[in-house]
Amino acid sequence: MSAPTLSEPSRQQFPDALGRYGAFGGRFVPETLMDALNRLTQEYAQVKDDPEFQARLNYYLTQYVGRPSPLYHAERLSQHAGGAKIYLKREDLNHTGAHKINNAIGQVMLAQRMGKTRVIAETGAGQHGVATATACALFGLECTVYMGEEDIRRQKLNVFNMRTLGAIVVPVTTGSRTLRDATNEAMRDWMGSSNQTHYTIGSVVGPHPFPMMVRDFQSVIGREAKEQSLAQYGRLPDAVVACVGGGSNAAGIFFPFIDDSEVELIGAEAGGRGPSTGEHASSLSQGRPGVLHGSFSYVLQDDDGQTQDVHSISAGLDYPGVGPEHSFWKECGRVRYESITDAEALEAYGILARKEGILPALESSHAVAQAIKEAPRLGRDRVLVICLSGRGDKDAFEVARLRGEPM
Amino acid sequence: MNRIDALFSRLKSEGRRALMPFITAGDPNLPTTAALITELVRRGAHMIEIGIPYSDPIADGPVIAASYHRALERGVKLAHIFQTIRTLRAETATEPLSVVPLVAMVSYAIIHRQEADRFLREAVTAGFDGLIVPDLPVEEAESLMRKATALDLRLIQLITPTTPPDRALRIARSTTGFLYYVSVAGITGERQSLPAELAQNVAWLRTQTDLPICIGFGISRPEHVRQLAPVADGLIVGSALVRRLSNGDKVSRNEMIQDIGQFIAELASSLDPINTHG
Repeated sequence: MSAPTLSEPSRQQFPDALGRYGAFGGRFVPETLMDALNRLTQEYAQVKDDPEFQARLNYYLTQYVGRPSPLYHAERLSQHAGGAKIYLKREDLNHTGAHKINNAIGQVMLAQRMGKTRVIAETGAGQHGVATATACALFGLECTVYMGEEDIRRQKLNVFNMRTLGAIVVPVTTGSRTLRDATNEAMRDWMGSSNQTHYTIGSVVGPHPFPMMVRDFQSVIGREAKEQSLAQYGRLPDAVVACVGGGSNAAGIFFPFIDDSEVELIGAEAGGRGPSTGEHASSLSQGRPGVLHGSFSYVLQDDDGQTQDVHSISAGLDYPGVGPEHSFWKECGRVRYESITDAEALEAYGILARKEGILPALESSHAVAQAIKEAPRLGRDRVLVICLSGRGDKDAFEVARLRGEPM
Repeated sequence: MNRIDALFSRLKSEGRRALMPFITAGDPNLPTTAALITELVRRGAHMIEIGIPYSDPIADGPVIAASYHRALERGVKLAHIFQTIRTLRAETATEPLSVVPLVAMVSYAIIHRQEADRFLREAVTAGFDGLIVPDLPVEEAESLMRKATALDLRLIQLITPTTPPDRALRIARSTTGFLYYVSVAGITGERQSLPAELAQNVAWLRTQTDLPICIGFGISRPEHVRQLAPVADGLIVGSALVRRLSNGDKVSRNEMIQDIGQFIAELASSLDPINTHG
């Protein structure tokens, strides 16, 4: 572990007071939301260093979520890939089946502390929606989840579960009827409701302080992975791979390693049907810096500044923007971002199932596919950690449909 | 003199208030937008706010968001909008419209993509007098304000019911043209009634700044106009008018323009008693 030196300042110091990560981040939102964001920033600054809040959060993460999640040596997958020893950080084993619960518990606790009675959320794959509905049931808050109609179709199981957990699921029928439109609707709700409502953003996107706050709540993934690496094989991994839509599981596992320059960090974006088709969601690989959903970051926009329609097999990655800190990490060269196509992700989904008996979420399958590409290059003495951000039960219907197989 | 400054200075000396309708550029198409601007001015509008369609307008309610999406689906581009306004300005150089300020409501996403310098230059050349950038809070606005001022463009900033007083003063200090007071905490759209404390809040702001104050969001009825005109320098009407643009499929273009003109004439006449005696 190399400590940051004077010549090389820590990259963990960001964001600054305006919520900037280098040139990225900030707040590009209507004035109506500014007071709510300022209050949230102040409240979060208090709980961040409040041992009582952190102890309570830790209690729920341990006793309710089931943390720490294992760091599992996937020997048969490693053999298949033919190179580095591959370890899986098993966020799929968390309660509700994905990393999203780490952030949802933290933010809903914060909402309760601020005296809010209602929580709203946007969701793509439905994992963040389920996690927020779960946390609201746990702490006794009202919950409304905005979800695009197209995502409701392909993620039925999560919709059913959210409603069972007591949440109201509002179908969003505007635009592409996916995560981006759900985010618009959640922001519109918050414009008129911020007095009694907290908006639990599910990724490291949106105006400051959301990207910082979500990253911090998700950083438990990277902190554990670091400790587990030292305990299990006596050193840090050589590479860490995570999928990137908005980028919350990636930010969570990358951030604690950011100043460890010997650890290679690789993000796998949704390549959809391939970069040349224009039907993808690779904001960092194919986009350019611009403004979307309250933040300055890489975005897929046309020459007029209109957000482009994107495509991914995975509802959770089907988003035209990305968290501003990822844009910063890309620009300073700390993280390498690659694209994985729908077909590659589907193949990796099958490989992990057959080689390890683990059904990954389609989102996480992008990270698995990227790792299979990286492993031979790294070689047998090296260790590669995949953030297995979620489990694949929710995707069974969609995978069957895509393969043309009956359920 | 900038047309916005000239308008408020003229209205002030006459003891009158401005009526400012909002329309979407390119809904249902740009020739209709140009015809509507002309009609609105003929029916009593003092200033026109022109919404530049944006794919993800988070401050806008369903009516304006749907209008933006209609315009974008029909392929409206920024260059066409500037061209339409430039042509309209050229063709009406000797008409009453020549002194009417045109204000663009535009997302910062669009300005940034064009690069601010180029966007501002084209806006000025087209004949715009000011900009409202609803997703650019005062913390992020400094650079754009400097550039706009250099080109004699006004950068109108918003104050809302959720803005604390000290922040409202900071916004007032860094605004040019007029202050846009948002009547309700929420998105754009028609409201049955407006908050009781609205007049009081605007009256307080009135004691703090010499800038004209215009009230917008939710204003849709003659009684709203009568209720608010005494405390404001201008009133902005958006969704109630844009809703009528969505009739584009059902009625002829001329009928729609007539309908909107009639609506604005009614609001203008409810402003009239105040404008005469106020």
